[in-house]
Amino acid sequence: MSTNIDGTISVPAGVHLPIYMDNHATTPLDPRVLEAMLPYFTEKFGNAASRNHSFGWVAEEAVEKAREQVAKLIGATAKEIIFTSGATESNNLAIKGIAEMYRERGNHIITQVTEHKAVLDTCKRLEKSGYRVTYLPVKADGLIDIEDLKRAMDDKTILVTIMFANNEIGVIQPVAEIGKLCHERGVIFHTDGVQAAGKIPVDVNAMNIDVLSLSAHKFYGPKGVGALYVRRRNPRVQISEQINGGGHERGMRSGTLNVPGIVGLGKAAELAREEMDSEMKRLAGLRDRLKAKFDGALDYIHINGSMEHRLPGNLNVSFVYVEGESLLMGINDIAVSSGSACTSATLEPSYVLKALGLGDDVAHSSIRFGFGRFNNEAEVDYVADKLIDVVQKLRELSPLYEMVKEGIDISKIEWQAH
Amino acid sequence: MAYSDKVIDHYNNPRNVGQLDKSSQEVGTGLVGAPECGDVMRLQIKVNPETQVIEEAKFKTFGCGSAIASSSLATEWVKGKTVDEALDIKNTDIVKELALPPVKIHCSVLAEDAIRAAIGDWKKKNGVAEGEAVAQPVAAH
Repeated sequence: MSTNIDGTISVPAGVHLPIYMDNHATTPLDPRVLEAMLPYFTEKFGNAASRNHSFGWVAEEAVEKAREQVAKLIGATAKEIIFTSGATESNNLAIKGIAEMYRERGNHIITQVTEHKAVLDTCKRLEKSGYRVTYLPVKADGLIDIEDLKRAMDDKTILVTIMFANNEIGVIQPVAEIGKLCHERGVIFHTDGVQAAGKIPVDVNAMNIDVLSLSAHKFYGPKGVGALYVRRRNPRVQISEQINGGGHERGMRSGTLNVPGIVGLGKAAELAREEMDSEMKRLAGLRDRLKAKFDGALDYIHINGSMEHRLPGNLNVSFVYVEGESLLMGINDIAVSSGSACTSATLEPSYVLKALGLGDDVAHSSIRFGFGRFNNEAEVDYVADKLIDVVQKLRELSPLYEMVKEGIDISKIEWQAH
Repeated sequence: MAYSDKVIDHYNNPRNVGQLDKSSQEVGTGLVGAPECGDVMRLQIKVNPETQVIEEAKFKTFGCGSAIASSSLATEWVKGKTVDEALDIKNTDIVKELALPPVKIHCSVLAEDAIRAAIGDWKKKNGVAEGEAVAQPVAAH
């Protein structure tokens, strides 16, 4: 790879711009998934709830096949899978549905601070209707402390909801330990499995998970479809429905089933399961390749979150003394995201990064790389060269980098916050 | 976020990047913003002691593209102006010139603050009270 006279980096063979490396936000539909879905838009258009003709039977059969495929991905049985419109709905249904169903038993819910907003905002809503919510802190590596969880549990605790893997920093929580503890105490354990399902092994029995949310578009399926796993045995978990209607999905989620979407979710789950072992190794290889290139070329870089307990396809790096949005501007042929305030509507940097105890300045400098099925080594090399080039240019512009290089302790300066 | 062509031009080709000798009597330095807020601007001016004309301006900025463009533009605008003329530069002029969206107005405010801070520093060094107009060179009596 070479740098052109105008400072641009030439594009090597095998790289097509723009490069998509934001696979935590969403993933492209796998063509094999699309192929499985297509007939269910046209000739196999039946309503899966139509019990008295073949159009309905064909649709129902497809839905039941998908239910098996999703169940198999997470070690569940088909009857334990409820189809939804996606993980936000699944998280709402799980948390509100359990809170409502077990209200007699208690009103205490435990979650943690780096959850997705679909969980945090749902918990905040419940606080307004008389529930008590404990938000556990995370350690500097992004993991919760099991001892904190033990201490937070009391005789009113009905639900623990802790995510499987984080969407920003890819950190994997000790779900098996959490599940074990919950079962010992007779507390229901829900996990937001959106970033984990289809990416890393998930086994609801081995991990003592009672309820799990997942979403098709995070693992090469279509948008607008997801599932909620609800345990039927040891213990049997009950959920009070949040959408009333025709009693679909065993009464837990009414509404005509999105048959093509569900078929896509099923196919995506099957492919993810079959290809998981090799794909995990491949993605970890891409991630480590990118990290090694940064380590070799740049000083003052900070990896956010544990490298050990991390999704293979995630790297979250702060290029300290360079502001994230200005960095994104210089790499506009690469799709990644930043925890910088400037990329959000609120002008607040990422609450996930702040929860790790990072200074706001380090949070402002962060970039999230999300590797997926369709990324390759040539792309990683291009991304590395481009990032390094832009970081170096912006550091030439950065008064902070200059001061640090001159030995000035910038934390001692009295800044005029505005 | 869509950037205007002018913001992109300043980002790609920032004008007057660098630093001037802070200890020089002729140099005023303004350092504004805070790392926690995601913006720090340092703007420096070198003033001709005879004419009070800003002969050189340099900047370095940690911040988003709009912050870089605002400070780059500020250095272009102050050059050739007297310190009093430079104080007339308003953040709204910067917003207009760079077509900044509402969410980026704070970048222009910071650039105006940086100009004022640099001039304030120069005035302090040269014994001119804050807010006081710089006396025009008077004929010897």
